[in-house]
Amino acid sequence: MGLLVFVTLGFPVYWMVNTAFKPAKDAIDPDPHFFPSTFTLENFRRALEIADFWGPVGRSLVVSLVVVIIGIAVGMLAALAISRFAFRGRKIVIVGILAVQMVPLVAMIIPVFLLLNDLGQYDRLTGLIITYLTFILPFTVWTLRGFIVNIPRELEEAAMVDGCTRTGAFVRVVFPLLAPGMVATSVYGFIQAWNEYLYALMLMSQQNQTATVWLGNFITKNGTEYAPMMAGSTMMAVPIVILFLLVQRKMAAGLTAGAVKG
Amino acid sequence: MSAAETTTAKAPAVRHAPPPGPGAGPTAGKQSGRQDGGRRGPGAGVPWLLLAPCLTVLVLVLGYPLVRLVALSFQKFGQPQLWGFQEAENVGLENFTRILGDGEFWAVVLRTVVFAGGAVILTMVLGMLIALLLQRVSPWVKALISIVLVASWGMPIIVATAIFKWLFDADYGVLNWLIDKLPGVEMIGHNWFASGPQGLAVIMLLVVWGAVPFVVITLSAGLTQVPKELEEAARLDGAGAWGVFRFVTLPILKPIIVMLTTLSVIWDMGVFPQVYVMRNGHPEPEFQVLTTYSFDKAFVVNDYGTGSAIALVTVFLLLGAVAVYMRQMLKIGEVE
Repeated sequence: MGLLVFVTLGFPVYWMVNTAFKPAKDAIDPDPHFFPSTFTLENFRRALEIADFWGPVGRSLVVSLVVVIIGIAVGMLAALAISRFAFRGRKIVIVGILAVQMVPLVAMIIPVFLLLNDLGQYDRLTGLIITYLTFILPFTVWTLRGFIVNIPRELEEAAMVDGCTRTGAFVRVVFPLLAPGMVATSVYGFIQAWNEYLYALMLMSQQNQTATVWLGNFITKNGTEYAPMMAGSTMMAVPIVILFLLVQRKMAAGLTAGAVKG
Repeated sequence: MSAAETTTAKAPAVRHAPPPGPGAGPTAGKQSGRQDGGRRGPGAGVPWLLLAPCLTVLVLVLGYPLVRLVALSFQKFGQPQLWGFQEAENVGLENFTRILGDGEFWAVVLRTVVFAGGAVILTMVLGMLIALLLQRVSPWVKALISIVLVASWGMPIIVATAIFKWLFDADYGVLNWLIDKLPGVEMIGHNWFASGPQGLAVIMLLVVWGAVPFVVITLSAGLTQVPKELEEAARLDGAGAWGVFRFVTLPILKPIIVMLTTLSVIWDMGVFPQVYVMRNGHPEPEFQVLTTYSFDKAFVVNDYGTGSAIALVTVFLLLGAVAVYMRQMLKIGEVE
């Protein structure tokens, strides 16, 4: 049973890698091979050739990094406020930040498009960065909060008894403990921004497309070039999956803490 | 919710009372603002100060477009308005009456609900089954499955869509080839996307494949919280495997299941790239779901008003579907 699940779930990924390393003519062999007969990198060369690869990747990188940096900086302060302070209106803020995540991106695309159009930010990376904050920021606040809640307040109190100021206690005690959570949240946020498709498609022109939209270049009027497309997919997916692999355990912990602990 | 957390949340003013005396050095003025319970002191503003950047950004990047969305849905807003040749004209409820009176719109709503509902149910059931299975298999099988789960979870949606397109390709897709191997079945050249229901079923599989890992991993984490003693006790009382699951495991997992289902509803109602890319950017009428329909109305027909009205109806449908979860969130806000 377990192996059956393994094979079924894993097959799509396997087939992508398998096709990526096959000679293109084997990919469209009516009798598919489960292992590439000859191992070739030709598809990767072809994928890089069909459309500029590094431009879109560079743009995706810039957008995702900036979004994560702003998201973490701003989100951290907010997460701290809702997890360590008691104040009037706190409930409303928490529910508000949660509720914001429920607005589907697609509903926002029309006004966002018009807004950026009015601001002259259409087809600009800054415009894309601003819009990505709509989904990265609530996510960051909520997960960082999950990590902060897991750090016992007693540690801060002990530090304050020992003469630290509140800020000092935070910087010296909480911050180091929070660091792994922040790294995980950053990586996860980075992946989300990197993977975004709809806004990238709508708000950027062909010349300024990002990595996800780049993959669409393999679909031409004369059909889809599957072998190079799978090579392109592999190039896009492998680094992301590896990053993901590194942080997912941590993330799962943070998410469940955020969900279960209030 | 741990006991410690509850108590700290209830009595912060006492536990974090400011140290008496002004002798805190030159930074005293600044630091005095950092106290939890300083409700009356100058510190009351600190949490809001911390929240300010976040709230400002959210209001600007989210609040404003939302208001604009609502405004747009009551306007006639097309190409001339976009280019600024004409002022946007208020048309009241016209956009809504038009779409609500349109048979095609209702067909799209029904299709979306069936599609999202099917995907959610399939995701939750499969996710639960795999999570339960993971508890039973040998460690190395478990490790293998985990790797696959993480790999498909981390797979960018757009890449996953490309892969599924390739798997289900009419002439060279490996799936047709595999099914063709069954005796008496002729599948080579079968076009899965020739009919709406079949094509949407493929897209549903893709959505489920991408969604199952998150559900499995979260449920697995939840399952480790189920006390073994309770299960033992139930078994001693004569409960079968199903009974134990139904009366012990399920109630404990309920909060997680509610959360996962709600998130799945939100995500699956919002499926866009999967449909859009599978149909090469031009979904046929029988492939339209609310998201692509709204998108088409706005950006293909250049009728932003109607597109917004459809998007707004989608948001309300979603709100209705997740009202239960909203109530739970409000409760969370209270206990904390």
